[in-house]
Amino acid sequence: MTLLISVFAAVCFTVAWYKNQPQNTLCLSTPCFLLWGASLMWLVDAVVEYAHLGVAYFSPEAADLVNDAFLGLSVLALTLVVWVVTLLVKDPRGVLHNKK
Amino acid sequence: MACFIVPAAEAVVTTVATKILEKKQATATTADAELFRAKTSTLVRKLRWLNKLLWGGSFLLAFEHLWHGELTLAFPFLTAAGDAASMTEMLREMATSGVAMAAVVTLAWLGLVLVTSAWERKAQRVPVTVTETDA
Repeated sequence: MTLLISVFAAVCFTVAWYKNQPQNTLCLSTPCFLLWGASLMWLVDAVVEYAHLGVAYFSPEAADLVNDAFLGLSVLALTLVVWVVTLLVKDPRGVLHNKK
Repeated sequence: MACFIVPAAEAVVTTVATKILEKKQATATTADAELFRAKTSTLVRKLRWLNKLLWGGSFLLAFEHLWHGELTLAFPFLTAAGDAASMTEMLREMATSGVAMAAVVTLAWLGLVLVTSAWERKAQRVPVTVTETDA
């Protein structure tokens, strides 16, 4: 579930990044790289787990599913916080730096 | 357990390599300094992608390990470092999953570099023509 949430978020951010080109005034590459990097790593984790569990990997317990979904959403929230902080620090539109 | 440490270690190496290249670009004073800058600027830009992928992935995986209680904020930070049996299991996981994670991210980056380099070469080869509608 964590992998699924991060992949969906990575795809959405990549589409948004593409739409925002060539200006790139929203620092959208930051969440893209963060989420794609984590998604690739969790994909490896999923493959390793599938190798151990077999098809049982696809029918997790309800409690595990909820916990993984909660983790996925928390990861997404953390990514959004990192993105907003990056955006405000870099301030590509000069909104904060030009304020008197 | 601590698989994210391997991609994080790779991130340290690639970041240092990027910084060295950037420093060489800035301090190049020889006659062919411009040529060196032109040749390495694309490499530096693409190395930054790998750095972001590795740091970003390692950061979010570290958060996941914190969530699962495998990482703590107190020394020795890794709960598996407490006893020898868990330590052996942690090292085994780092050698398998950790190395695989670093390899998959690096391979994905290499694929990205190959595709974008091919696009860049193609863009340089295609001559700019003015069509009737443009004129």
